[in-house]
Amino acid sequence: MMGPRNEMREHMLEAVPSLRAFAISLCGNVDRADDLVQEALLRAWANLDSFQAGTNMSAWLFTILRNLFRSEYRKRRREIEDVDGSYAESLTSLPEQNSRLEISEFRRALKLLPPEQRESLILVGASGFSYEEAAQICGCAVGTIKSRVNRARSRLAEILSIDSTNDFGPDRETRAVANSDIVRSDRS
Amino acid sequence: MNKDRPFRRARAADAQKSEENHVVRLGADIKAKIGMQLRLIYDEIVDQGVPDRFVEVLKRLDDPVEDPVEEGTK
Repeated sequence: MMGPRNEMREHMLEAVPSLRAFAISLCGNVDRADDLVQEALLRAWANLDSFQAGTNMSAWLFTILRNLFRSEYRKRRREIEDVDGSYAESLTSLPEQNSRLEISEFRRALKLLPPEQRESLILVGASGFSYEEAAQICGCAVGTIKSRVNRARSRLAEILSIDSTNDFGPDRETRAVANSDIVRSDRS
Repeated sequence: MNKDRPFRRARAADAQKSEENHVVRLGADIKAKIGMQLRLIYDEIVDQGVPDRFVEVLKRLDDPVEDPVEEGTK
């Protein structure tokens, strides 16, 4: 009897890093995210019987975590936003100042997305789930996930004013000055 | 130097229109950039591995001494 349960525990342990990454990107706060992961693990363990052997354990755990977050989100909507607090503090190993700025700009933009779009984009774009798996996790149609991911990308591109010719690099003001006619006529 | 002005104005108008309609055409390069940033912040967390706290939590799962697991979180 120890065998299968031990195996499940191993799978859960392996899933912890990506569950944390998902949870942190959902709620933006490391402490709350870790509580959420812990709750999801306990919930999963208590409901091991409902896990169908041979199916995707990781997707199952993500589903539990996501549902916990959704029910809590409704309860404690006001406490959730913590864009640059403990989340940003936990990220210390980024190589250069420049990319650190880019990243914090990107993270802020990500927080501006509606929750459904954000979670869809993260599941597909970062967690590596297929559209089908993401649809299963979010309890919606595959087409819904696809359109949410598309809208999320469009919105991010808009917020960060990315286009094909400009990189993430300079912020909008810098770019506006650099491109302005005044600067150009001064040069000519 | 002013030759490209009408062109730039046209581009600005296009950008304005697309913002109004919330329609942005995204090339593969933009998707790739967004994907890269997304994975960067995601993997930053993944690379932290499993904090001790969770090793403890999972260890305790095999030891049903206290209250039932479901109620334990309340």
